[in-house]
Amino acid sequence: MNILSTGEKGSRHLLMGNEAIARGALEGGISVAAGYPGTPSSEIIESLAKISKDHHLYVEWSTNEKVAMEVAAAASFARLRSICVLKQNGLNVASDFLLHLAGSGVRGGMVIIPCDDPGALSSINEGDTRHFARLLEIPLLEPGDFQEAKDMTKWALELSEELQTVIMMRSVTRLSHASGSVVLGDLPEFGAKAEFRHEGFLLDPNEGIVSSAPVEIKHSQQQEKVKKAVEKFETSPFNTYTGPESPELLVITSSACNLYSREAINILDVKDRVGILKLGTTWPLPEKLVAEHLKKCEKILIVEEVIPFMEENLKMLAQELAPQIGQKTLMGKRDGYLPMVNELNPDLVINAISKILGIEYQAVPEEYATGTLQKTFFGAPVREWIFCPGCPHRASYWSINQVLKLDNNQGFVCGDIGCYTIGTLPSGFSTLKTLHSMGSGTGIASGFGKLKPFGMKQPVLSVCGDSTFFHAAMPALVNAVHNKSDITMVVLDNSGTAMTGFQPHPGLEANAEGNDAIKLDIKSVCESMGAYVKESDPFDLDNTREVLFEMLEKKDGVKVLILRQICALSPEKKGKKMFEMAVDESRCKGEKCGCNRLCTRIFRCPGLFWNKEKGTSKIDEAICAGCGICSEICPIGAISKKEVTQ
Amino acid sequence: MKDRIKYDPYNLIITGVGGQGNVMASRVLGNIFSAKGYTVTIGETFGASQRGGSVMSHLRISSESVLSPQIAKGQAHLIVALEPTEALRVLSGYGNENVKILCNKRPIYSGGVISGEQTYPEMDQLQEWICEYAGEVWFIDATDEALSRMKNPIFGNIIMLGALAATGSVPLEREDFEAVIEKSLPESKIGINLEAYDLGYAMIAEN
Ligand code: SF4
Ligand code: SF4
Repeated sequence: MNILSTGEKGSRHLLMGNEAIARGALEGGISVAAGYPGTPSSEIIESLAKISKDHHLYVEWSTNEKVAMEVAAAASFARLRSICVLKQNGLNVASDFLLHLAGSGVRGGMVIIPCDDPGALSSINEGDTRHFARLLEIPLLEPGDFQEAKDMTKWALELSEELQTVIMMRSVTRLSHASGSVVLGDLPEFGAKAEFRHEGFLLDPNEGIVSSAPVEIKHSQQQEKVKKAVEKFETSPFNTYTGPESPELLVITSSACNLYSREAINILDVKDRVGILKLGTTWPLPEKLVAEHLKKCEKILIVEEVIPFMEENLKMLAQELAPQIGQKTLMGKRDGYLPMVNELNPDLVINAISKILGIEYQAVPEEYATGTLQKTFFGAPVREWIFCPGCPHRASYWSINQVLKLDNNQGFVCGDIGCYTIGTLPSGFSTLKTLHSMGSGTGIASGFGKLKPFGMKQPVLSVCGDSTFFHAAMPALVNAVHNKSDITMVVLDNSGTAMTGFQPHPGLEANAEGNDAIKLDIKSVCESMGAYVKESDPFDLDNTREVLFEMLEKKDGVKVLILRQICALSPEKKGKKMFEMAVDESRCKGEKCGCNRLCTRIFRCPGLFWNKEKGTSKIDEAICAGCGICSEICPIGAISKKEVTQ
Repeated sequence: MKDRIKYDPYNLIITGVGGQGNVMASRVLGNIFSAKGYTVTIGETFGASQRGGSVMSHLRISSESVLSPQIAKGQAHLIVALEPTEALRVLSGYGNENVKILCNKRPIYSGGVISGEQTYPEMDQLQEWICEYAGEVWFIDATDEALSRMKNPIFGNIIMLGALAATGSVPLEREDFEAVIEKSLPESKIGINLEAYDLGYAMIAEN
């Protein structure tokens, strides 16, 4: 039973924010959903893919976000409703197309749903996508709780269709990955028919060609649409005020910060002194509504994540309104009441409000706070990210490191985005030396590989995962081959998009909906580009080292080594041990051995730990995945493996 | 709602390390209280979940409205820790002198402990610290019990739920648990999960 699919109108369920959005899209009558996996957004497409058959949907994990956007737009041009889902970085990837889509307009309702990650809980940036709304000149919505996440998705689809502009609805980790009560609405009948009309008058929005040119005409049409959106925003039920008639302080907030602000006001018990204007339509601001509320008091605090986006827009508006409503004091991030980086939480809002109102607040007695902090410092070692037990990347990086050392020419590796990003940390032997966006590792390597005439002699390597290969590394590889750059690209192929929960990609035989798909072979792709390609199993340490060494020796041109071994958490492997492992305590000499605990000190698989009392390493059977690699790491063969008969 | 929560909202934190089934436990508990008619909000911090990071779920059980998915500092009523050093970590953010703690004693070593750069505290010392900063504490060997009796460490989280019921801190009955897993798990898995739950219940009740 799937609640998203069968849940009845009026019934109440505990839904994850992303599930609520998926249900909202269903209630809004979508036919097509496309996206590229990225935490915290992935569950939206995953939930819809699971029920696609029952609801006559087409759901796709696209090769990258730009293509996802184009796929969703095509549905809209054919008068179907669609959504495109991505994480914050994904919007950058799609933005070139989007700028044109904003100009061309849409036909069927189309909503783009970026899920931002304030605090970078699972990202290496905390980019704020709201800026794109202003850049692209498209309406921006932000749900303030779980119910709104559902209802707003539906409304956004309707509004987009009515105004014929694409609409952006932004979520954040603390909504997408949190859960709350949601009352379901009706599911529409499906049966929308796709047809692309293109033979009418050139500029006809419904029957002409779809294009952002002629720019002057289309651009002003777009601005007209935005104006109409604002008129709707003025009376939108997603903008609410709670609080006294004339508050001492007005909090203006949106998204998850709405929930933090409510919490803060409750804890400080200042409901009769502080009002909250929660905005669901955050760009452009509904001017009349905002003016109405700004009139209420002199002091205003803006609570938002991450950059002062609403704050800047509100300040501009307040300045324009000053002749009517008087000069107001708007506080927030620019004056330091709230931080400019990282996510917010109830405590940060408590802190800001209590400062403004002059209230003393202490969460716990000083003694308790410092006491627990001290004990945590000594007693709870910080947990850095590590590869899972049995992860193929640990073995791959082990070999890459050894070869670079042996080669002894200060060779280095340009990193990329996926689980293997952990290669920047000790658990990946600090192998990666640059780290940026998807596909950048190979692009940067391509550049490094052309610096010989400037005296650079170091070997240049890049790594990239299988999904990343298709997403954005292919153009970089083309560039390197075409321009005769000298690089070695290592493709860490673990048969899935492991980091985000094992979604399929073009290198696999099934698609998002679980149907047959055409598998593109990475090796043939690279060969057809003209690269020198070899494959190896990273668990075969000897062969991997040999091949890689050979590639470094072979100086000229582009070499690609594909290291293929399935992720330890893949459904095929999870919970199944290949080997039963044991440390022979009589042979392991630990610190007295020449290796000085090589296995636990350097290799650091969590399945293997150092038994201080005995002075030997020990397998932790609750954690070991039984991959068998550590037996090859131990130089004196003290770790034995015995094949498990399945 | 026949049996009532002791505070409204009731703030419960489940904490552990990626791979211990933290999120699954919070979902099951959330569904149980939701089915009982409460308004539940769950906030998850599982960015690094599968990769050895600390994981934390904030569960807010209320008879009124949806709440912040992050609890404010010092506001936890109960902490369920699947790993003992994680109990300490959560205490320093969300604990207070009255907080109750149910704690699994099985350590999971961080990368730094495995490599010898960090040290993991002695278990006696760790228990002492946790007790010093909490109102009421229960320690159990959930993972060891799951390994020896059920041959699979992953049932540690369900054993903890059974134990939680036995502490009487929140209104949680065996039927509630059964009803929720019947909806979410395949039939073949129901028996073994109930077995784990009972095992956990007995670990507290028989002490
Ligand atoms: S999820 Fe897979 S690829 Fe990622 S760290 Fe774990 S084993 Fe490695
Ligand atoms: S066999 Fe060794 S390397 Fe593999 S998971 Fe177990 S302890 Fe880790």
